Amino acid sequence: MASNPKDDEIRVGVFVCDCGLNIAGAVDCGAVAEYAETLPDVACVVRNKYTCADPGQNEIKDAIRQHRLNRVVVASCTPRQHEPTFRQCVREAGMNPYLMEMANLREHCSWVHPGEWEAATGKAKDLVASAVARARLLQPQEELSVPVTKRALVIGGGVAGIEAALELGDAGHQVVLVEKQPSIGGIMAQLDKTYPTMDCSI
Amino acid sequence: MKIRKKARYVDPGLCNACEECAKVCPVVKPDEFQMGLSSRKAIYIPFPQAVPCSYILNMDDCLGNNPIACGKCADVCEKKAIDYDDQDEIIEREVGAIIVAIGMDVYDPTEMDEYGYTRFENVITSMEFERLICAGGPTAGHFVRPSDHERPKRIGFIQCVGSRNPKIGRPYCSNICCMNTVKDTLLLADHYPDTDNYVFYQDIRAFGKSFEDMFQRSKEAGTKFIRGLPGDIEEDPETRKLTITVENTTSGRLERHELDMVVLSVGVVPPKDRDKVSGLLTLSKTSDGFFMESHPKLKPVDAPTRGVFFAGFCEAPKDIKDSVCQAGATASRAGALLNAGEISVEAITSRIDEEACTQCGLCAAVCPYGAIIWRKGEPAVVVEAACAGCGACGATCQFGAITMRHFTDEQLIAQVRAVLAENPQDKVFVFACNWCSYAGGDMAGISRMQYPTTNRVIRTMCSARVSEEMVLEAFRCGAPAVLVSGCHYADCHYINANRQTVKRMQRLWNKLDKAGVRPERLQLEWISAAEGQKFAKVMRQMEEIRETVTMEEIEHTKQALKPKPKKKAPKSKEAAAAAS
Repeated sequence: MASNPKDDEIRVGVFVCDCGLNIAGAVDCGAVAEYAETLPDVACVVRNKYTCADPGQNEIKDAIRQHRLNRVVVASCTPRQHEPTFRQCVREAGMNPYLMEMANLREHCSWVHPGEWEAATGKAKDLVASAVARARLLQPQEELSVPVTKRALVIGGGVAGIEAALELGDAGHQVVLVEKQPSIGGIMAQLDKTYPTMDCSI
Repeated sequence: MKIRKKARYVDPGLCNACEECAKVCPVVKPDEFQMGLSSRKAIYIPFPQAVPCSYILNMDDCLGNNPIACGKCADVCEKKAIDYDDQDEIIEREVGAIIVAIGMDVYDPTEMDEYGYTRFENVITSMEFERLICAGGPTAGHFVRPSDHERPKRIGFIQCVGSRNPKIGRPYCSNICCMNTVKDTLLLADHYPDTDNYVFYQDIRAFGKSFEDMFQRSKEAGTKFIRGLPGDIEEDPETRKLTITVENTTSGRLERHELDMVVLSVGVVPPKDRDKVSGLLTLSKTSDGFFMESHPKLKPVDAPTRGVFFAGFCEAPKDIKDSVCQAGATASRAGALLNAGEISVEAITSRIDEEACTQCGLCAAVCPYGAIIWRKGEPAVVVEAACAGCGACGATCQFGAITMRHFTDEQLIAQVRAVLAENPQDKVFVFACNWCSYAGGDMAGISRMQYPTTNRVIRTMCSARVSEEMVLEAFRCGAPAVLVSGCHYADCHYINANRQTVKRMQRLWNKLDKAGVRPERLQLEWISAAEGQKFAKVMRQMEEIRETVTMEEIEHTKQALKPKPKKKAPKSKEAAAAAS
């Protein structure tokens, strides 16, 4: 597929992250890795200490080349945190970033089920199975680029809004500052002195 | 983006703030800037250092809304800056980044009647204190008590008024009031060394740089800090002195203090305009009511909506220095986006197969963005740049004509089957939307909240992506209980796509009921990104439901929901109902 157009075979690599003890402290990562090997189209399984760190990412890249992987499942933390990291990682190894899928073994499993070794491990296996099932059907995607209008809107002319508008202005950006009151200044303007320096607010 | 620029009726370019207009204006109104402690005219300058430095005419205050009848201000204005016919103006601007810095409001202590704010003249708020001690205030900085304009000798400050008080629904710390009171006591000690200042508190939070030093200076200046919040305040009707009763929790003794004046150190509340702004920009709020950031540690100034950033109080209570720091951070984040010149849109948009499209138009009807163009007799077409990828159309299309890129029916169904392949009776199947409920699950994780291990969550961008078929498939695979969860009704990240979720769930409940499947086995919950606690609670409730489901029930459900051999096109009536 994307990394190997001549080959129609789906080859999934599963990377099970210990996240130090964040995951491995509550989930039997070894058992999860062993289980992953039994899943359809899984061509290789690697257990990492920290998949997101450089050594972990390098293991992904090496495995993609060695095992001719065309799908990657990272079983680590929430995609809301590291999806961009791993998408970039597989892109660097020549894969379309949309062929990478994550299983959330940390926020949705180990962190909420401490001391439930068996049950948490069972859940982690299901989450990996779910991610592999999805990964097998993933298709490469191309992103659309959209131009950004070079102007910022700041809503609120108190100290925070004024400061943000000035900073952006100083950086050479056009800024529209909107304030509902007749004057900017906000609540800070109503204060006499301000802590900790005891100087005037205006 | 459209901005309404309100009419000022005074041209700021011409006005030189000479004050002649205000001198002749006959209308007298309470001055908001001075907390109503003095008055202003209908034409006024908000405060001497106002920007723009110009007078403004409040048309609601102006004589009978018919300025022609008076016209005195225009007569005396040498610059001819006053224009009674001034109109609101609509300004349209395209922007690439939005910074939300709408600040906060001050807590109104009226409801805490034990402190008698509305009954006793000499009980004031800390905001009123600011105006009374300010050289630019109504008393030119002479600190006097409102009842007799005499200088108070014994002043009490009550902390946490409207903060850290779950009884009135304000459990959070307002962050600034401790140090503000410490500052006030130092000001009093500086201006009037002979006053006795008392501070009644539950904890003094002097955590910031040089805060502890200020706190110690206040103590050295003679301020008495008494640990305990007063139960009530009584007033002597003759002298207007106030007596407060307080349990000193350090000594364990009940104390009474006679004071000339009491300052309520009021907390802060989310701004009044919060819901308006959050509706426009699809923002979420925390349980305290302040805006929720993208990640509490790693993306502290980004809103979950791309291109929107926070600065200042509206994100969480913070002082001036922290507001300035955050404004710098937010400007840097917004600047980086503007500098990038272009951004890539996630490839999760909808695609329509012209061949399979039956031209029914349902997809166009449910699209919250109007990103699907449909004309009678023609296949529907997706405008990719306008599509945000919620998937409401994909879940609505009964003919398999719509593919949601990266969240296809096949991919999601495969996940359902994989999760429920073994021992489905032990599992609760959960569909969670990316922005709120899945993030709420992450929040539960970050906060280490524990809940039963039985749930299995899969992610869709929006709850509206979850089709009837996906839910039914979960039941067919033997799931005892299924949860569909999304953003709170008004917080949907796809404008209002989750209304489609509600309609679909209603149809599913009916369908389950008809098939003899207990509808309560399918639940719908709204969980925001900040509601880790709610996520954990819902998981516990789902587990309780799962425990009620027997193996016989599961087997019966599998049979009852078996798909018919060949799927027929839905009746036109049903299709019309789905679109309404």
